[in-house]
Amino acid sequence: MMISVASGKGGTGKTTVAVNLALSLENERVQLLDCDVEEPNAHIFLSLTEKEVNPVYTTVPIFDKLKCNFCGECSRFCQFNAIFVIGENPEKGVKGDVIHFPELCHGCMGCMLVCPNDAINEGQRIIGEIAKGKGDNGIDLVYGTLNIGEAMAVPLVRAVKREIRDEGTVIIDSPPGTSCPVIASVKDSDYCILVTEPTPFGLYDLKIAVEVLRKLEIPFGVVINRSGIGDSGVYDYCKEEAIEILLEIPYMREIAVDYSHGMPFVTQRSEWRSRFLDLFKKITEVDK
Amino acid sequence: MKQIAILSGKGGTGKTSITASFAALAKGECVLADCDVDAPDLHLILEPELKEKMEFTGSKTAHIDPDKCICCGTCEEACRFDAINDCEVDPIMCEGCGVCVYVCPEDAVTLEDNLSGYAFISDTRFGTLSHAELNIAEEASGKLVTLVRNNALEIAEQEGKELIIIDGSPGIGCPVIASLTGVDLVLIITEPTVSGLHDLERVLDLARHFNVEARVCINKYDINYEMTAEILRFCEARGVDLVGKIPFDPVVTESIVEAMAVVEFKDSEVSDEIKRIWEQIG
Ligand code: SF4
Ligand code: SF4
Ligand code: SF4
Ligand code: SF4
Repeated sequence: MMISVASGKGGTGKTTVAVNLALSLENERVQLLDCDVEEPNAHIFLSLTEKEVNPVYTTVPIFDKLKCNFCGECSRFCQFNAIFVIGENPEKGVKGDVIHFPELCHGCMGCMLVCPNDAINEGQRIIGEIAKGKGDNGIDLVYGTLNIGEAMAVPLVRAVKREIRDEGTVIIDSPPGTSCPVIASVKDSDYCILVTEPTPFGLYDLKIAVEVLRKLEIPFGVVINRSGIGDSGVYDYCKEEAIEILLEIPYMREIAVDYSHGMPFVTQRSEWRSRFLDLFKKITEVDK
Repeated sequence: MKQIAILSGKGGTGKTSITASFAALAKGECVLADCDVDAPDLHLILEPELKEKMEFTGSKTAHIDPDKCICCGTCEEACRFDAINDCEVDPIMCEGCGVCVYVCPEDAVTLEDNLSGYAFISDTRFGTLSHAELNIAEEASGKLVTLVRNNALEIAEQEGKELIIIDGSPGIGCPVIASLTGVDLVLIITEPTVSGLHDLERVLDLARHFNVEARVCINKYDINYEMTAEILRFCEARGVDLVGKIPFDPVVTESIVEAMAVVEFKDSEVSDEIKRIWEQIG
């Protein structure tokens, strides 16, 4: 079963829920995938051994400037303005050039298809890396790290998801928000846990996240983190929309302190293990 | 014209509450830009009155005309994003690259503009706000951020304002890059947590990559004094200015519930510290 953990906004405790859930499922084979490739954090809470790191590549066009006559076909084709061509003008002494902006390129290779002079070849570019290893409790952890200055998170998210095993329980820590990398992360999951906090910000972002999951037709429930602060808006909304509240994690200074030290709180507070197990049971019932 | 962007590698560090307070402290002398287009929360405090609404068409999706399509499979083979299956386009997977349009022998495919979201210009009690809303499952958030910033620049010119305050988005990907390029100063809000430091490092690298001056503020510093000390040492080692340390206080959440900036809600240590920070960067 594939369970994703997501939230409309960052900092609601997504990683906390993903990691503590993974650690609570002692009798399951658990694989934890951190798809928050811009800010991967799950590995901070799980000491990783047998670590293996591999680069992740994406497709890019490579320009052969000897064959190129700077006709501009490729630049006119590119939907993402990733190619800029300077036409040749020998009379004015202007030398032609073709400039590629890899940060904007999606790697569709349409430019190669349209080039009349066979001046474009398919190449590869490193956009980040994937690390794999064993975490505490035998959890298999996979996480991606996007290179700094790199704008394309989606190919890396897809690469992390290619590591998914067919058996056991797979938990996916999604990036925050509702944009492209989030969709790529939660897509195809059997259930999604939405983490929010009981404040007007939490409510607003939860509503957007709910819309996304309804559009993707993924069953979901809500975990309210830092309950006890804020107001009743999130509770009223869940009631109106008949959304199940799977678990509430109260705001406790000790939990915040554990977190700040990079310690998952189920290892410190064993009563929470059974609460996460109950949550897991609720989810598996939905799946059946 | 000065542009200040408030960023936080990690989400939920209090970036929006702090941005709203700066807006209050700027006393109408600034234009505001909410570039956190994935989860725009600033309006929940500023309660904007809408003046202008623009459609934003950032992305395209391929459409196959079933009357023309002979289901030859050429497009499916050429598409690099697995977006075509059995002669049908999956709009969620489609990146709108146009390769299928080019390869189709029957001229059966067209690229159509998506209504990806809206950009807004609104009046608020602290000045004009440029903001936006991205439709769900949309991909063009970097472009929308650029639109929000351009709108803010235009307004600032019209109104003769010398300052733009930008609420940036979390992470280090395309919307963040779009919120940070060309600004004069980035203020990074971090938390004294292991992940906070980790993310701070990545955002600082990003700022350096784009040659933007960065300063740091630690929010909720009293949750973990050791980590706060570590962040202090880290900033010193990297030669980055630390402009302030804000204590943890439920007053922040209380002010959000009341739709007020912390500094206008009531006197507290938090608002004193935010004022001090503002004096250094404003
Ligand atoms: S289409 Fe080919 S020949 Fe024309 S400018 Fe591009 S690379 Fe050069
Ligand atoms: S591969 Fe596609 S996105 Fe990249 S430059 Fe070529 S046409 Fe543009
Ligand atoms: S536009 Fe590009 S991504 Fe979309 S279906 Fe066509 S080839 Fe695939
Ligand atoms: S290439 Fe054209 S005709 Fe062939 S399957 Fe695609 S849309 Fe249909």
